[in-house]
Amino acid sequence: MIRIENVSLRHGSAEILHDISLTIPKGGITALIGPNGAGKSSLLSLIARLQPLQSGTISIDGFPVDTTPNRDLARIIAILRQDSIVASRLRVRELVGFSRFPHSRGRLTAEDRVVIDQSLQQFDLADLADRFIDTLSGGQRQRALVAMAFAQATDYLLLDEPLNNLDMYFARDLMRSLRRIADENGKTVVIVLHDINQAGAYADRIIAMKAGRIAADGSPAELLRPEILQAIFGFRMEVADMGGTPVVLHFR
Amino acid sequence: MCNRRLLCLGAAALACVIAFMTIGLRGNIGFVLSLRAAKLAALLQVSVSIAVSTVIFQTVTNNRILTPSIMGLDALYLFGQMLLVFMLGGLGYAALDSQLKFGGEVLVLMALATGLLLPMLRRRTDMELMLLAGIIFGVLFRSLHSLLARLVDPNDFAVAQGASFANFNNVRTDLLIFAAVLTLMGAVIAWRARHVLDVVALGADAATGLGVTWSKTVTGLLALVSALVAVSTALVGPVAFMGLLVAALAERLADTRRHAILIPAAISTAIIILVGGQTLFQHVFGNSSTLGVVIEFVGGLVFLFLLVLGSRK
Ligand SMILES: Nc1ncnc2c1ncn2[C@@H]1O[C@H](COP(=O)(O)OP(=O)(O)O)[C@@H](O)[C@H]1O
Ligand SMILES: [Mg+2]
Repeated sequence: MIRIENVSLRHGSAEILHDISLTIPKGGITALIGPNGAGKSSLLSLIARLQPLQSGTISIDGFPVDTTPNRDLARIIAILRQDSIVASRLRVRELVGFSRFPHSRGRLTAEDRVVIDQSLQQFDLADLADRFIDTLSGGQRQRALVAMAFAQATDYLLLDEPLNNLDMYFARDLMRSLRRIADENGKTVVIVLHDINQAGAYADRIIAMKAGRIAADGSPAELLRPEILQAIFGFRMEVADMGGTPVVLHFR
Repeated sequence: MCNRRLLCLGAAALACVIAFMTIGLRGNIGFVLSLRAAKLAALLQVSVSIAVSTVIFQTVTNNRILTPSIMGLDALYLFGQMLLVFMLGGLGYAALDSQLKFGGEVLVLMALATGLLLPMLRRRTDMELMLLAGIIFGVLFRSLHSLLARLVDPNDFAVAQGASFANFNNVRTDLLIFAAVLTLMGAVIAWRARHVLDVVALGADAATGLGVTWSKTVTGLLALVSALVAVSTALVGPVAFMGLLVAALAERLADTRRHAILIPAAISTAIIILVGGQTLFQHVFGNSSTLGVVIEFVGGLVFLFLLVLGSRK
């Protein structure tokens, strides 16, 4: 369980997050949606202790993120940042291999290699495994980064806009993989999505943020409604029902 | 494939060491050998400390152009030395045990360097700013050094000059044992940290996500770098571009940034340049005093080349 209590964040005079309290139970997919600048990435980076907490507390499975040894946290939670910059002279397999560092401190064991190979297979990277990162397309690089987060094999997975640069095939593929690890392995996935219909189709719960606050929180059926979406995004969109799955016609 | 390259480098370095010890042996062989061995020991230590400190520094700062000496760390060391002379007086300074003095100077440099650089590395500041800051640091400490040199009385000044006038030909062999211990410790720590260094190279956020405590790790690495800079500066004086030359060559020769390969490759490269160069200049050109100048000249060219290359991107 991720427990967030009274978390606020300021950069200079700007208040980025206002007193956020939130509990994300173990297991399932939680989608974070909201307009640009709402504070989604900031919230994720606080949960993943990439920036220090200014006020409030965050704990994961009861471990406070600000006092738990970093190495222990790295075996519980993995994050894929929105703008991951990767050193270019790395091969895909090496990059994915780094994810095993929290487990084996750099000396890859046989088990590590199995996990790395599985992750490469799962994201269709086996053919690209020996390519340098800087020779890949944006989508291929994104898949390598997702594979890296997967191979860290943590119970909690935070993904900040992982569908960026992915084509329809791989976007669907990634969402299905996430659904599978949530259902079969009991993993907890928190994912920032801009494609609201992916959120509607795959998430168990959607949390909408706006201007540093939680604007709405509920199941896809509860949340994907014209009046709620208008309050969050500032324009009216119709919602159709496709055999039980709400589909937002945001493009019209 | 990387390992074959590394083996070649290591073999070349070994050949340089053997050539250094054996070419042109004449007269009282036992005496000449012991003289050469002391000098070789110093050159090896300098190779290790320059190679390791530069590679680690470049990994932590995430760039290939900055080195500890371009950031003014060796100037800082000389300044600290002059400060000691100034405070203790020439006689007091000269009376101190040289090992003890050196130990004190190393500690002072570790504290000053970590204190100055850490704020910049909290968040990796961009290259231009670091370069500028380094140039300013360098000029500042050199100026403070010469200011103090004017303030102390001439006798004290002579003492300080003697302490800081080491170079490749005039190696401070009196510090050898103590420096050897420091160098060895530094090399062992760096080797044990090789996997952590690979992760640190990914940047603060990725490293944190993988369980590295960024500020603690970077502080430790900077302290290690400054101890090694102190070793090489104490033994042979300041060398501005040697580290850059070694790191740039080693990365291209080994063709990797994995530290398990890169660190030994850089050490081998440094040995080839220093020990091999010394042998070459002594026996072929008959004049070893120019080696330092040549290394600095070539290193300076590499620096300019990398700057131009970097600004093209
Ligand atoms: N380092 C920073 N300094 C100042 N403002 C920042 C910083 N990081 C983020 N912000 C601001 O915080 C707000 C939230 O950003 P972010 O969390 O990235 O939003 P989202 O991911 O929802 O698009 C934005 O207004 C952004 O400009
Ligand atoms: Mg964002």
